[in-house]
Amino acid sequence: MSIYSSLPAPKYSDPEIMYAFYQRLFPFRTLFQWLNHSPTPSNDFGHREFAFTLQNDAYLRYQAFPTADLLRKEVLRLNPSRFEIGPVYTTNPRERKTLRKASAFRPLAKELVFDIDLTDYDEIRTCCDKANICHKCWSFVTMAIKVVDAALKDDFGFKHIMWVYSGRRGAHAWVCDRRAREMDDQKRKAIAGYLELIRGGAQTSKKVNIRRPLHPHIARSLDILKAHFQTDILTDQDPWQSDERFATLLKLLPDKSLNESLRKKWESSPNRPSTSKWADIDSLAKTGASRSLDRKALLEAKQDIVLEYTYPRLDVEVSKKLIHLLKSPFVVHPGTGRVCVPIDTRRLEEFDPLGVPTVTQLLDEIDEWDRREGAVGGGNGSQGNGSQGNGNDDPANSQERRLQDYEKTSLKPYVDYFRAFVASLLKDEKVLKRERNEGGADAMEF
Amino acid sequence: MIRQDFARIDPKRRATFDHKRKQFATASYKPQEYPHRLNFYEIPPTAEITLEEFEQWAIDRLRILAELEACSFRNKTPAETAAHITPLLQKYLPLSSNTSSSSELANERKKDHYSHFILRLAFSATDDLRRRFARVETALFKLRFQNDDARERQAFVETLNFDWEVVGDDEKRELGAELLQSTPGVRRLEDENWFKLDWERVPELVEGRRVLLKRGKAYVPMREQMSMVVSEFTARLERSLELTSRALPRLDEDDRLSPILSHLSKNFTAPDSTYSDSNAHIPGAPINAGSIDTLSQSFPLCMRNLHMTLRKNAHLKHFGRLQYTLFLKGIGLSLEDCLLFWRQSFRNITDDTFNKEYRYNIRHSYGDVGGDANRRGRGYSPYSCQKILTEHPPGPGEAHGCPYRHFSTDNLTALLQATGVSDRDVLRGVREDVEKKRFHMACNRVFEYAHKGEIKKVKDDGTWGAAELDTIVHPNTYFKRSYMLKHLGAVKQEEAES
Ligand SMILES: [Zn+2]
Repeated sequence: MSIYSSLPAPKYSDPEIMYAFYQRLFPFRTLFQWLNHSPTPSNDFGHREFAFTLQNDAYLRYQAFPTADLLRKEVLRLNPSRFEIGPVYTTNPRERKTLRKASAFRPLAKELVFDIDLTDYDEIRTCCDKANICHKCWSFVTMAIKVVDAALKDDFGFKHIMWVYSGRRGAHAWVCDRRAREMDDQKRKAIAGYLELIRGGAQTSKKVNIRRPLHPHIARSLDILKAHFQTDILTDQDPWQSDERFATLLKLLPDKSLNESLRKKWESSPNRPSTSKWADIDSLAKTGASRSLDRKALLEAKQDIVLEYTYPRLDVEVSKKLIHLLKSPFVVHPGTGRVCVPIDTRRLEEFDPLGVPTVTQLLDEIDEWDRREGAVGGGNGSQGNGSQGNGNDDPANSQERRLQDYEKTSLKPYVDYFRAFVASLLKDEKVLKRERNEGGADAMEF
Repeated sequence: MIRQDFARIDPKRRATFDHKRKQFATASYKPQEYPHRLNFYEIPPTAEITLEEFEQWAIDRLRILAELEACSFRNKTPAETAAHITPLLQKYLPLSSNTSSSSELANERKKDHYSHFILRLAFSATDDLRRRFARVETALFKLRFQNDDARERQAFVETLNFDWEVVGDDEKRELGAELLQSTPGVRRLEDENWFKLDWERVPELVEGRRVLLKRGKAYVPMREQMSMVVSEFTARLERSLELTSRALPRLDEDDRLSPILSHLSKNFTAPDSTYSDSNAHIPGAPINAGSIDTLSQSFPLCMRNLHMTLRKNAHLKHFGRLQYTLFLKGIGLSLEDCLLFWRQSFRNITDDTFNKEYRYNIRHSYGDVGGDANRRGRGYSPYSCQKILTEHPPGPGEAHGCPYRHFSTDNLTALLQATGVSDRDVLRGVREDVEKKRFHMACNRVFEYAHKGEIKKVKDDGTWGAAELDTIVHPNTYFKRSYMLKHLGAVKQEEAES
C-alpha cells in the first residue's frame, strides 16, 4: 500500500501530497526553459514575477528566481497550494523597493494570455452552473479554443500558443511568440477587442451586434461554430425547450408575424425540442407565415443567434494587461486536485477534463509502478534524489534509463507535449536572437 | 477638468530656450521654417521669445486643450466638438493653410510650435499628466488633420516616411472578397486601394475589426490613413514626453520658468480628483450601513441599479463592487460601515469567505491596505461618469456601468419605471438622448424630473445659482445634490459647499 492511498480520504491540498507532487512530478526544468527562452539563465527568467498562494491562503507577490533549481527549492520550502506567473520586469522584482525612482520598475514582457471560464456561459448553459462542469458544457471551451486559436494563428501570425486546462471549469491560453510577449497594453487591448463579440451585461437583450458583410474573422468563426451549434447547443443544451425559455429565442427574431406563428405552434406542442424549434423558423418562413418577411434580416438574426450561443466568451480583462498574473501550467487545482495540464489542440476533441489525472492518482501511479518494477528499489522516490536539481523532468539526465517519476504516470503525455512545445519555441528564439544580434551590430555604429 | 483661472506670474522677464536645456539642445540655431500647417513637433524650438509670449502662448493653447477635454468629458460627438472648438481655435490658436496666403502664417505656426513645447514641459512630470496631455494633443491634431486642405495634407503625410507597402493588383484581386468584407463602406475593389503593414501599427483599426489581418499583416484602406497618422502622432508624442520627463530635473534649476510651468500644470487637474473629500460629505447626514437602503432613493440610476441587483442577488461581481464601494466611500460611508454593509448584503456567504475574498478589496478601495501610493491617496477616487461610461463595459452577468449606455432601451425603461420615473415625456426624452449617445443628458433629465419641485423652489427663492445646478457629471454630485434638495433647510447650503 502506498502511504498516499492509505491516508483516509485525502484532501487535494494536503501539504504532504502537494510536497510530494512538487518534489517528484512538477516539470520545473521545462517550465524554466519555457520562460527563459534559452538553456542559459537570463533576465527573461530571473526578472520574472512569481506569486505564491500558501496553504494558509497568504499571497506572496514579487517573487523571482535566477534558476530553475532555486525556484524548485523555494517551492519545496513554501509548499504553496498554487502559484501564478506574471511579467518580466525591468529589474529583479525582489529589488523593486530599493530603486530610487518607482518608475524604473515596470513590466517589460509577458505572454499574451486568455482566460475562458464556463461561469461566463451560465446564462446559456442548461446542463450545469457555477463551478460544475460536464462533457456537454466542456464543448463550449472546445469551441472557444478553436475560434481563438484560428484567429491568433491565421490573422495575427502567432505560432507558439499553448492551451492549458485550468483544473476545473475552463482553459487558459499562453501565446509565447516574442512578438506577442513584447506587446504593450494598447496592443493587447486591440487583440482582445478584435476577438470580443458578446457584449453587454445581464440586462442587454441582444448581445451580438455586428456589421454586415461579416468580417472574415467572424465569417470563419461562424463556419467553425455552425456544426457545433447543431449538436452541442440544439441537441445537448436544448436551450429553448421549455415554454418559459422559448420567449428568449423569439426576442432575438425580427419578424413579428412570423414570431406569432411560431409562438402558436410551440405553445400547442409543449416541450418541443430546440432542434425542431430551430427548424420551424425556416419552415414557417417558407410557408409564408409573414407577408412582409425580410429574408436577409431573418438570416442575419439567425447568424447572430448561432454566435450568441457558441462564440467564445472571454474574460478580456485578463488579456488586456501586461501586468496581470495567471496560474502556472502544471499546478494543482485545490478544489479538484486535477493538474493544470496542457491541451493538445491537434486532438482537441479528445480532451476530457474529467479524465485529467488528479495529484493523488499520480502519486498512486508512481507507487504502483515502483511496486511492479520492485528491482529498481524505490526509483526516484527518495529525498536525496530529488535535490539533484534536475527539475523532475529531464529523461536525458537519468542514467541507465532510470525513469523519471513523471514517466511512470499518466502525466507523461502532458509533460512530453510541454517539452515539445518548449523545444519548438526555443528553436525560433535562437533564430530571432541571431537576427537581433546582427541587427544590433549595425545599430552600434550610430 | 482643467480650470482656467490663469493668474499671471512675473511678466517682465525674458525667457529663452537656451542650450542649457538638454531636450532642446540638438537643434541648430537657424530660424525654423514651417512648410506645412500640420506639425508632428519633432524639432524643438530654438529662437528666443519673451517671457510674456512664453506664458501667453501656453495659456492660449491650454485654453483649447481644456475645452477639448471638456468636450470628451461631456461625451460630445466629433461633429459637436468640432463645432465648439473651431471658433475658439480661430481666436486663440489659428493655423492657416498655405493657400490662404495669410500674412500671419509664419507667426501662427511658430506660436503653435512653441506653445506645444512649453506645455510639454509643464505636463511631463507625472504619468497621469502625460497621458492626458497626449490624449488632448492627439484630439487637437486629429481635428486639424481633418480640416486640412487635401493636397497639403498629402504633402505633409509624405514627409513622415512611413514604411507601408502598397498592395499590388495581383494580391488585391486574390484577396478580393476578404478585403471588401473587412473594409466597411467599400463596395467595389476599384474604389479603394490598400497598403499593408505590421498590425501593431494600427491597433485601433484592429480592435474595431476594420481591417483585414493575414499572418500578422494588416491591410489598411487608404482612407484610414488618418487613423494611422494620428496613432503615429500619439506614439511619438508619448515617447518624447517620457524623454522630457527624464530631462525635467535639470530644468528645475531655471528659477524663472519653473513657477510658470508648475502653475500651468496645476491648472490641469484630473477630472476624477475633482470629487475630493472636502466636498463629498454632507454635514449631519446619517450615513451608515443601515441607512443605505433609504439613501439609495437619492442615488443616480447606475448606483440604484447596483443596489437593487445587490439586494436581489445578495452578490455583485468585481467591477460592480468596485464602482459601488467607491461611490459609497464618496458619499461619506466610513470603512467600518462599508465593510458591515457588504458583509450584511452578501447574506449567502460565510464570514470566512467574506474575509478571504472580499474584505481586502474593500479595504484597498479605502486605501487602508495596498502600496504606499494607494494608502497615501486614500484609495481610488469615486468613479466619474466619464470613467463609468468609457472603462470596463459590463460583460455577461455584470451590473456595473451606466444603465443609460449599457442597457437596451426596453430594460432601461423598465428600470426607470421601477425607480418611479413613469412620465411619458421624460421617458421619450431619455430614449432620444440615449439614441444620440448623450448619456449625461438622459441622467440629468431624470434628475431634473425627480427634483422638479425642489429645483423650482431654490431657483425661485434664489438660494441656488446656476453653478449649483450645472450639468451633473459625477455620480457623487448627483447624490449630494439630490440629498440636499430633498432636505432643504435641514442642510445649509453654505456648510455643505465648504
Ligand atoms: Zn454541463
